Amino acid sequence: MLDAKIPAGHISEKWSNAKFETKLVAPQNRRKFEIIVVGTGLAGSSAAATLGEMGYNVKVFCFQDSPRRAHSIAAQGGINAAKNYKNDGDSVFRLFYDTIKGGDYRAREANVYRLAEISVQIIDQCVAQGVPFAREYGGLLDNRSFGGAQVARTFYARGQTGQQLLLGAYQALCRQIEAGTVRMYPRTEMLDLVVENGRAVGIITRDLVTGEIQRHAGHAVVLATGGYGNVFYLSTNAKGSNVTAAWRAHKKGAYFANPCFTQIHPTCIPVSGDYQSKLTLMSESLRNDGRIWVPKNKDDNRPPNQIPEEERDYYLERMYPSFANLVPRDVASRAAKRMVDAGYGVGPLKNGVYLDFKTAIERLGRSVIEQRYGNLFDMYENIAGENPYEVPMRIYPAVHYTMGGLWVDYNLMSNLPGLFVLGEANFSDHGANRLGASALMQGLADGYFILPTTIAGDLAPQLNTPVPSTDSPAFREAEEAVREQVNRLLSIKGSRSVDSFHRELGKVMWDYCGMARNAEGLKFARKRVAELREEFWQDVKVLGEGETLNQSLEKAGRVADFFELAELMCQDALHREESCGGHFREEYQTPDGEAQRDDEHFAYVAAWEYCGTGKDAKLHKEDLIFEYVHPTQRSYK
Amino acid sequence: MSLLNLTLKVWRQSGPNDPGRFEVYEAKGINEDMSFLEMLDVVNERLIAENKEPIAFDHDCREGICGSCGMVINGVPHGPKKLTTTCQLHMRNFKDGDTVVVEPWRATAFPVIKDLVVDRSAFDRIIQAGGYITAPTGAARDANSILIPKQVADQAFDAAACIGCGACVAACPNGAAQLFTAAKLAHLNLLPQGQPERWSRTVAMVDTMEEYFGSCTNYAECEAVCPKGISIEFIAKMNRDYLRAKFKDRRAVVKVDMTEAAG
Amino acid sequence: MLSGTRARGVQPLRQRRARPRIWILDFYGSAVGKKAVMAVTGIVLLGFVLVHMLGNLHLYEGAEKMNWYGEYLREIGEPVLPRTGLLWVVRSVLIISFVLHIHSAYSLTMMNRASRKTKYQGGRDYVAANYAARTMRWSGVIVGLYLIYHLMDLTWGVGGADFTRGEPYQNVVASLSRWPVAGVYIVANLLLGMHIYHGAWSLFQSLGWSHPRFNHWRRWFAAAFAAVIVIGNVSFPIAVLTGIVE
Repeated sequence: MLDAKIPAGHISEKWSNAKFETKLVAPQNRRKFEIIVVGTGLAGSSAAATLGEMGYNVKVFCFQDSPRRAHSIAAQGGINAAKNYKNDGDSVFRLFYDTIKGGDYRAREANVYRLAEISVQIIDQCVAQGVPFAREYGGLLDNRSFGGAQVARTFYARGQTGQQLLLGAYQALCRQIEAGTVRMYPRTEMLDLVVENGRAVGIITRDLVTGEIQRHAGHAVVLATGGYGNVFYLSTNAKGSNVTAAWRAHKKGAYFANPCFTQIHPTCIPVSGDYQSKLTLMSESLRNDGRIWVPKNKDDNRPPNQIPEEERDYYLERMYPSFANLVPRDVASRAAKRMVDAGYGVGPLKNGVYLDFKTAIERLGRSVIEQRYGNLFDMYENIAGENPYEVPMRIYPAVHYTMGGLWVDYNLMSNLPGLFVLGEANFSDHGANRLGASALMQGLADGYFILPTTIAGDLAPQLNTPVPSTDSPAFREAEEAVREQVNRLLSIKGSRSVDSFHRELGKVMWDYCGMARNAEGLKFARKRVAELREEFWQDVKVLGEGETLNQSLEKAGRVADFFELAELMCQDALHREESCGGHFREEYQTPDGEAQRDDEHFAYVAAWEYCGTGKDAKLHKEDLIFEYVHPTQRSYK
Repeated sequence: MSLLNLTLKVWRQSGPNDPGRFEVYEAKGINEDMSFLEMLDVVNERLIAENKEPIAFDHDCREGICGSCGMVINGVPHGPKKLTTTCQLHMRNFKDGDTVVVEPWRATAFPVIKDLVVDRSAFDRIIQAGGYITAPTGAARDANSILIPKQVADQAFDAAACIGCGACVAACPNGAAQLFTAAKLAHLNLLPQGQPERWSRTVAMVDTMEEYFGSCTNYAECEAVCPKGISIEFIAKMNRDYLRAKFKDRRAVVKVDMTEAAG
Repeated sequence: MLSGTRARGVQPLRQRRARPRIWILDFYGSAVGKKAVMAVTGIVLLGFVLVHMLGNLHLYEGAEKMNWYGEYLREIGEPVLPRTGLLWVVRSVLIISFVLHIHSAYSLTMMNRASRKTKYQGGRDYVAANYAARTMRWSGVIVGLYLIYHLMDLTWGVGGADFTRGEPYQNVVASLSRWPVAGVYIVANLLLGMHIYHGAWSLFQSLGWSHPRFNHWRRWFAAAFAAVIVIGNVSFPIAVLTGIVE
């Protein structure tokens, strides 16, 4: 049984208690510590900036050419905070409650409460940094309701909230780089974690420009490397988003928790052809005014505007009369899938559903719609080549976020001492389904406020211990293994490109471990992925050299890790014999097709221990105890 | 759906020391719904099949916000469509039979790493020089205690929308980074939170910019190719702030410089 | 401490020297400063060009008025100042402006060349920059050369035509009656107009004079200014050639 190290006390006092009980590192002692941070998204940048500001020596790594390009930048919608500026009954407890419920009772209460508590400070911090949040005419901050929340607690900066928050964190990071407390390593990829006597002591990196393999040691290693949605090949993630850092840490002993919890976002632009390289999200806010429908007749090939009202099936309004088009992401996604699978799909490839603004334009006028969604409509027209003011948009769900990740305790430390995991890379706060506008909140809470406090508890006892030597056998072996893998990938010289393998892996995962899963499919997928992995290591073709920029080589290393992760996802999905949140097992549904949780047997976090490639991982459980929010069946009817 | 057959002339350069050259590739059967980068993906897959190294290019989010991608397409950074990054440029903007010339950003401050990939770290240097508000974590007061008129917040946002792609430098005949620097300065200098460091920030960022980049001759090419439509009015604002920093508030600036030097 | 970005990245093209003690030199050491100097000297030169053109309109009033005007410029300010005193003050300001205008242009051009050592190998396409903006360096150099010729021709009297000091009317007519010379004057003034068309707009940007209330007038101002100067100046050689002024 895993110990989450949840502090004692009432839930509203746990974080205060933790802060008081955690050992401190005095300001003059902080410069004696070296901390490694991998990843420069919201969590990584904010953690590195804050640690540097406190006086620690920090090394930061990112694979992009600049820390400002991490994929947090693409988040559109907003960031939640329990400020209750709108006087609509919001509170820390309500945000906590909504997050636990939205996560379908598979998140740890203490962490989620702390997240809700800190949400308030995040907004203050970001405004102080100059993040240009939307304002009202009186100069106060504006809020909107988002993703079906019944209070307006979402702060936003047009449709580019993630960008503005990341730039704030990036600027804070730059300030520390200039001050000399943080050393930045862009275009550098972490390829292994170094563990010595059970403790994380450093990392092995590859300089993506020169191919140089380097060793870096630190008193602690912080991974803020994002999610693994790209295991599906097509997702809303950036092309470079990958699981490699987290996965290599997993192979070195860190447990991977709930890998099968993936979130499918309901409103993305459908695939247009087999060349498709990524999927583009259309903000969820569109569902506030758009109505989702499919034709009542299969194979209705008429243009949408020629299909009369009575021959349209507004299926969300029909199935969920009270929430209608605003049901949570997982529910909306599955409903769309059901329609398309049943043959009601629209568009040239019959792979979408309509999101129609005709009623809204009639009701509010075109100019209001333009004001609210103008940039999104332009974006849609640019990509799909159709004008959404006149023709309904076509949308379909796509992989968007991964709730699973490396297991961490309350202090965000993994089961390996010295290894901390932040943001989407850890599993902690969203349970089986994440609410809209909560990812940014979690990344910044972890980076600005939680880690800088909790890491001291791990560092304090190490005071005056020198930085681990990079000449130790552990470092040497890790570097050897990295070199060996790089050389092996280059020497296979097979016949298939990396992308062709990745596409095939993605298709298997999407078909069998995607929006809906069943035991038979998962067993098949696991077998198929293992076969593909074998084939990959026999037949992949990586041209070029290891000593220069080699993007195929980078991709190959990442895809190799996705193969292994995919097997674990299938194992996890197969073992979790219930449906919850983003994990929908067809065998476990209510008579009317809703997810059926099994709290008696599965109210736990499944943390998996690596036991070798192709072998079953070993399950460790952390029981989830709900003292403050009593699990109920989610209903949006 | 129509398919395009294009002739590509792509800049290939194996590394910083290779002089580089154009190579010609036939891109046949290109779907007009593809993005420009997806078209390059298709070409790359074919190159790999022929045992040729694929074309290296920077890209990441492929939704026009991360600022990674960027190449000069037929002589124009990010290609023919206005307000569009390369990743959001779709092939329906080209005609069957077109010849498309693809070249990396050219600026001494952006040396070519490989093929179409350039090193833009000089941009990070400009931000490091002062492109921030000193707001230590945890020291902030309540967010609503700072009132910012909507118009000011909106204008600051217009400037803050910069994605740091470098198209402005690539388009400028002088290889100048005024639009990038001015955008960040305007974002921070417009806001009340940015006032205390306004003058020292302006001087530090402009001076650092001039260490790497050329000067502005008001061609407005940068504004025309900027995928986020950032206005050169911000450049005027930067110039004004720089002049004011140097004249009116000279002593304040010197003082800050001295404390920085001492620290 | 050296940051990682700095260590890996691009070396600066130029390191700023330690700040000069004298603030104006420090200011002029920056490119933004040089552009401001270019704009201010540009304003001085614009003023000169305008007054010069307006003054020359006396040509249309006949020899007497024109020659009186020439003499008046020398006497202005007497008896407080010595004869030609104010004229030399103005001339000094103009010479300094001219030198600074050219020096800043030269050093910024060098800076800009260094900032793009490798040109676009596949050619480039201009989207916004007009012909006037792109040819500032050429129009500037040609107008500068023309100015020297103009001074030789009508101030120092070494331009080849009959020249009598103190009789500008006769000198102008004598010089511009030669059609190649008149052609040079016309072409040079068209280039001057182009130079002004970009310069008179550009100076607003360089000095940070930007406001939504008047920004759309800046282009019009530059175009109108250029037009007035060109029409006025080009009218003189045409008037002489066509015999309107004899």
